[in-house]
Amino acid sequence: MNLQRLGYLIALLLLAAVPLTGIYPIFVMKIMCYALFACAFNLLIGFTGLLSFGHAAFLGGAAYATGHAIKMWGFPTELGIGFGVLVAGLLGLAMGALAIRRSGIYFSMITLALSQMVFFFFLQANFTGGEDGLQGVPRGTLFGLIDLKNDLNLYYLVMAIFVLGFFIVWRTVHSPFGQVLKAIRENEPRAISLGYDVDRFKLLAFVLSALLAGLAGSTKTLIFVSATLTDAAWQMSGLVILMTLIGGMGTLVGPVVGAFIVVLLENKVGDLGAVLTSWTGIEWFQRLGESVTIVIGLIFVICVLAFRRGIVGELIAWFERRKAIKN
Amino acid sequence: MITIFGIPLQAFLGQLLLGLVNGSFYAILSLGLAVIFGLLNVINFAHGALYMLGAFLTWMGLHYLGLNYWVMLLVAPLMVGLFGILIEKFLLKHLYKLDHLYGLLLTFGITLLIEGLFRSFYGAAGQPYSTPDALRGATDVGFMMLPNYRAWVVVASLTVCFITWYVIERTRLGALLRAGTENPRLVEAFGINVPLMITLTYGFGVALAGFAGVLAAPIIQISPLMGSNLIIVVFAVVVIGGMGSILGAIVTGLGLGVVEGLTRVFWPEASSTVVFVIMAIVLLIRPAGLFGKEK
Repeated sequence: MNLQRLGYLIALLLLAAVPLTGIYPIFVMKIMCYALFACAFNLLIGFTGLLSFGHAAFLGGAAYATGHAIKMWGFPTELGIGFGVLVAGLLGLAMGALAIRRSGIYFSMITLALSQMVFFFFLQANFTGGEDGLQGVPRGTLFGLIDLKNDLNLYYLVMAIFVLGFFIVWRTVHSPFGQVLKAIRENEPRAISLGYDVDRFKLLAFVLSALLAGLAGSTKTLIFVSATLTDAAWQMSGLVILMTLIGGMGTLVGPVVGAFIVVLLENKVGDLGAVLTSWTGIEWFQRLGESVTIVIGLIFVICVLAFRRGIVGELIAWFERRKAIKN
Repeated sequence: MITIFGIPLQAFLGQLLLGLVNGSFYAILSLGLAVIFGLLNVINFAHGALYMLGAFLTWMGLHYLGLNYWVMLLVAPLMVGLFGILIEKFLLKHLYKLDHLYGLLLTFGITLLIEGLFRSFYGAAGQPYSTPDALRGATDVGFMMLPNYRAWVVVASLTVCFITWYVIERTRLGALLRAGTENPRLVEAFGINVPLMITLTYGFGVALAGFAGVLAAPIIQISPLMGSNLIIVVFAVVVIGGMGSILGAIVTGLGLGVVEGLTRVFWPEASSTVVFVIMAIVLLIRPAGLFGKEK
């Protein structure tokens, strides 16, 4: 599959060239951050068959941990990120160990409930700043050398983190470990009968996914110099499901495409509403920007009913159909 | 003054009653979830949004049409039930052959849609609804002043829960329902219209949520987000109780409401998380839930 490698290379070059085009770098950083988050989530739903409804806890947990470590304890930036990822991993270990005791739909409900518990903890704890969140987290410097207050420097750091995260997911999926995960997804009793300790594999996958989601959360703190409750709320868990669903569950690139679409939607729905108002004359569309939830809900319903493979999934299916016809 | 563990008796009993009220909502909502899950194998995330819809319909009835509480107590659940039937007929029906997760995702999307719509029209702030005249005030029952409306909520929801339990466990209709849960194809072979039964069951389950919404209208701020925050707690209740038994859902719901109320007395900060902590403990000791059977 040299074509695939070429595709990745071109995407990488394009990504590196983005700051030269004059596109607002924070916007692209946000996309990369959410893309990493969605890739981490996809590792569970797409490759292990576990629907976690609580991934916001890891994003928010790491965001708060990194913010607090850098702002209050004066951690250098790279250590702050490391601390955030560690906290997310520990949270993942605790939540995962409980959630894998049930399977299927119960797994989703348990992760949702536990992440809500984490949310309430953040809401009440002193160090999170309650409803206001942590504001004004200094970005600091990378290894004491590179000044991250400069958006361009930060852009390349975020890009490096995103590429690293994507590579870890890619490597995991193509490893023997990843093969076992897929076997669990396809047929859990069979995997057990082959002698695999399924629970341990599930827990490992869960922790790995939490670590990567945490990496996304820590990065988010650096980009927006703040950590807020929205990162830990259940709506965020829903959003990451949507990103993965639109892009294509179980495909490597799908979550990235999905994250791109969702972030674009969040930022541009207001403009769309203004256009619709000018076309139809219906005032109500003006308010579309404030209620992105309606649009997101609608897309959710459409995706589940008619578009379950997602964009990338449909593309892959289309290519395979064409190949089958050719042969 | 009489005190219990250093807490004035009046405050203690007040929180206990509040716990019972919340417990009634947990019971009636988890009952609806269990009934729906039994037959459809769908976890209805939209349950919270439909509970919110019930409360909002009550408010809208009074606000726009001048219909009082008692009329809406009947009309709102019916309307929510009809809405549920539409959801089942046009959306949910297409997902039964797929992984159960899609049912959860679809109803999650519906939740966002309903909440988003209400937020775009009414904003995030709550609408007040006054208690119906007949249930205002409080009754002196000797050891405490019992607010009439709260007592009514507990009595009304327990009555509805009991009727539901009776219908499902003790009547022929209930027998068919239970048979449909065990083996729908066999029931169909006996000439029962199972798809219709499924549709009506979903309608009934969400009507219960609508009923809870009407009951809640006078004691909470009616806001678009009131349902989602509640439904996540109800999910934990369902995990704790297990969805195998109707009675189990009712008992667990009430019990957890009381535990939450007591926590509010002794350790207020923990009251919003205590249900989740109990869920974690139950998962460690008895993963199938208190009344569930390991599959």
